[in-house]
Amino acid sequence: MSDFSFMIDGVEIPACEGQTILEAADAAGIYIPRLCDHEGLRHQGSCRVCTVKANGRSVAACTQPAAPDILVENENAHINKLRRDLVEMLFHEGNHLCPICEASGNCELQAMAYRLDMTEPTQFPYLEPCRALDASHPDIALDTNRCISCGRCIRASQDVDGKGVFGYVGRGIHRRVSVNGDTLADTDAEVTDFAISSEVCPVGCIIRKREGFTTPIGEREFDKALIGHDIEEKRDD
Amino acid sequence: MASHPEDTAQKSGLSLEEKATIRSICREVEDDPARMMDILLRVQDRFRCISAPAMDVIAEATGLSRIAVEGVASFYAFFSSEPKGRVTIRLCDDIIDRFSGLASVTAAFENALSITVGETTPDGAFSLEYTPCIGLCDQAPAAMVNDLVVTNLTAERVHEIVAALKAGAPPEEVLVDRYAERTPYQRAKEMVSNNIRHAGPVLLGPVPEDAGLEAAVETGPAQIIRTLETSGLRGCGGAGFPTGRKWRAAAATEADRRFVICNADEGEPGTFKDRVLLTERPHLVFEGMTIAARAIGAKEGIIYLRGEYVYLRDLLEEVLADRRNRGLLGPAIMGVDGFDFDIRLQLGAGAYICGEEGALISSCEGLPGEPKTRPPFPVTRGYLGCPTVVNNVETLCHAARILGTGAQWFAGMGTKDSPGTKLFSVSGDCLNPGIYELPYGVSIRDLLEMVGAEDAAAVLVGGPSGTMIARDTFDRRLAFDDLATGGAVVVFNGDRNILEIVEYYMSFFVHESCGYCTPCRVGNVFLQKAIGKFRKGLANPSDIAYLRDLSDTIIETSRCGLGMTSPNPILSTLENFPLVYSAVAKPSADRTRATFDIQSAIENARQLAKRRSHIYDRDFTK
Ligand SMILES: Cc1cc2nc3c(=O)[nH]c(=O)nc-3n(C[C@H](O)[C@H](O)[C@H](O)COP(=O)(O)O)c2cc1C
Ligand code: SF4
Ligand code: SF4
Ligand code: SF4
Ligand code: FES
Ligand code: FES
Repeated sequence: MSDFSFMIDGVEIPACEGQTILEAADAAGIYIPRLCDHEGLRHQGSCRVCTVKANGRSVAACTQPAAPDILVENENAHINKLRRDLVEMLFHEGNHLCPICEASGNCELQAMAYRLDMTEPTQFPYLEPCRALDASHPDIALDTNRCISCGRCIRASQDVDGKGVFGYVGRGIHRRVSVNGDTLADTDAEVTDFAISSEVCPVGCIIRKREGFTTPIGEREFDKALIGHDIEEKRDD
Repeated sequence: MASHPEDTAQKSGLSLEEKATIRSICREVEDDPARMMDILLRVQDRFRCISAPAMDVIAEATGLSRIAVEGVASFYAFFSSEPKGRVTIRLCDDIIDRFSGLASVTAAFENALSITVGETTPDGAFSLEYTPCIGLCDQAPAAMVNDLVVTNLTAERVHEIVAALKAGAPPEEVLVDRYAERTPYQRAKEMVSNNIRHAGPVLLGPVPEDAGLEAAVETGPAQIIRTLETSGLRGCGGAGFPTGRKWRAAAATEADRRFVICNADEGEPGTFKDRVLLTERPHLVFEGMTIAARAIGAKEGIIYLRGEYVYLRDLLEEVLADRRNRGLLGPAIMGVDGFDFDIRLQLGAGAYICGEEGALISSCEGLPGEPKTRPPFPVTRGYLGCPTVVNNVETLCHAARILGTGAQWFAGMGTKDSPGTKLFSVSGDCLNPGIYELPYGVSIRDLLEMVGAEDAAAVLVGGPSGTMIARDTFDRRLAFDDLATGGAVVVFNGDRNILEIVEYYMSFFVHESCGYCTPCRVGNVFLQKAIGKFRKGLANPSDIAYLRDLSDTIIETSRCGLGMTSPNPILSTLENFPLVYSAVAKPSADRTRATFDIQSAIENARQLAKRRSHIYDRDFTK
């Protein structure tokens, strides 16, 4: 049941009161790229990869409420360029070496780069931050070199696990994800936490020990289809 | 690594007594996590740092996790995890100060204290730091010394001050003559000149006491809002939102609790007019807040005072107490049953972003100063989820005057779109820096004449998030439909290096970005690096397009006003001073991609290999 409708790139989208543009689009089988937003978690609106134009104004689709009769632009050259810039920023902000990364093929950042045609070296400088690996926990390792500050682990731990293992510290370019204690071993994190599950971290930061490379590269989720395929398959036209 | 016994002692925590002190600090605010700023400010004051064990104690008392406490403590520039000196000196390193002798003042401090900026003396007596604009731009170079400020610094003055402090005199006595005998107002005046150069009819001329509040009590909420709407008053904090409409929206939202917040964060470099109002017209500020409370039905108010203005805290607390004593705050104001309203002062701790209303509310709630997702807007869901009016200091003063003297009187000044007068904070290369209260619509040229800046070559209107204009457009007017400004007017003469100015302001935005969203957190660093290339003469012509392109992405995708305006120093100088850029951008000689700086890229390799490059060092010989 829908309360009203609006348009995305010429397609009429039914929506309910309280839904965001992104939620309504998902239900209608239109994929709006996103990294920090994740079904079942609070909206954060920080990566800005879901930027769309609503009546000509840029907004984050994951936090912007759907409204009757708005005209939303989702996929065009200009918006793809904005999104590519943002994804490139996330790559350049951290340290990413896909060929040796456990997440390769399952990684949403990498998959987003492919979807947005990021196929050549970018013009941005590399920031090459120095971030230590935290392997203190018996079952979990945390490598924030690949962290894109999406905060999904923070919200999952707080809201789903009821724990608060992760949090942000610092400000500006020094803002990063940290843990509730001196190291991960000091926290009450468990490998069975939702926050630690493969679903939550979009990249390869949260590593469950002893299960690396169980699925060979080449047979992983985004080796088979573009990111967003699951949503686009829902479209019934 | 072997650890010393003392290290372990420190690591394992605090003494029982120290723990008890922290617990009692928390108890003073009823262990309320929403008062985290007050807790952290007091712990920082008492221990000169907020250590991990201290965070554990605070977390336990307030029922939060340590990471939540750490998130707040690590956000604000005035909190530190390492112990700071008993006297902490924070020098303003804004471009204005750099152009007024900051280098020699810094050198004098470094010499006198035998430390460099960023360090603490081994005996823990002194720390020396840089900080962005502290709102004393008309008397630069300026610095904070603990909770006090000192202006018009020279190398000689620095040596005097440090000698006295080293001799054991407390900063109060060193910076304020006969501190103990003076009132808070006298102390403020002793440290800081107001430099009111032109008093207008609304704010800085004679102001009848509480005439606006009396009128507001008589007319009632609906009429207050109508009067403000008729006056056409627009917010003075920068965005210019119609004040009457804001109050109407907050009044119309169903709620049990509503709040009025006065935004006294004044962080835009080059802006200092709120400081003068807080010093000279504090009653008018609180009168305006009380009228707003009457209009929207708020019982509670907060004045958010930037940490840099802590020297005004006693003055403001004294005025609040006086108003309570006289029945102008508290229960049944002016004898009206049910008109209850009181104000608490919330101090900030060094974060420009906290001037953004959502971030300001976050900070008042004891959170890191991160903007909130909009919608909802504060008027529907603000502080603690309740409808909240956030207004600038000056806006609230105007509102009180409008209620007292009349909407037509106010609307008769200024321009149709921008009625009334405005305070302009003028600083930089001019003879008479200070505050000018002038009707909206005044031209830059006329203002420059008044301030004695006939040789101005560039004027920054509205601070770094505003516009930098050149001589050929000095006929432009200060009003919302032409050059909008929260009040900052910074003058630069022809000797100043525009790129140096731009580079400083980009470093300011990098420092002050909250880091929440990608484009502002990362993009501004890239812009700063790119400007650095221009400064070093390493830029290509295509770097100009790169600057524009990257700026557009940041503006279009940022989450709040900081990111949406941070590229303005670059964009407005590209527009108005194009030759500055084209003069230094040369086609690359080494055939590498634009924006790539091969020389610094191979520097590491040069050092590791202990030899120079065959290809990139022209003078290479075996
Ligand atoms: C980065 C940023 C900093 C701001 N700083 C201030 C400030 O220091 N003081 C202020 O009154 N408004 C500031 N604002 C504007 C506030 O968000 C808000 O619009 C204002 O306080 C509303 O009051 P007004 O309508 O009376 O101007 C800032 C906005 C942004 C985006
Ligand atoms: S996290 Fe993703 S993008 Fe980063 S290195 Fe691993 S696979 Fe590549
Ligand atoms: S660790 Fe993973 S889930 Fe957590 S913020 Fe970083 S990228 Fe996101
Ligand atoms: S634009 Fe900048 S200051 Fe605003 S939310 Fe994003 S990172 Fe924070
Ligand atoms: S998905 Fe919307 S901002 Fe990240
Ligand atoms: S106080 Fe130094 S520029 Fe404002």
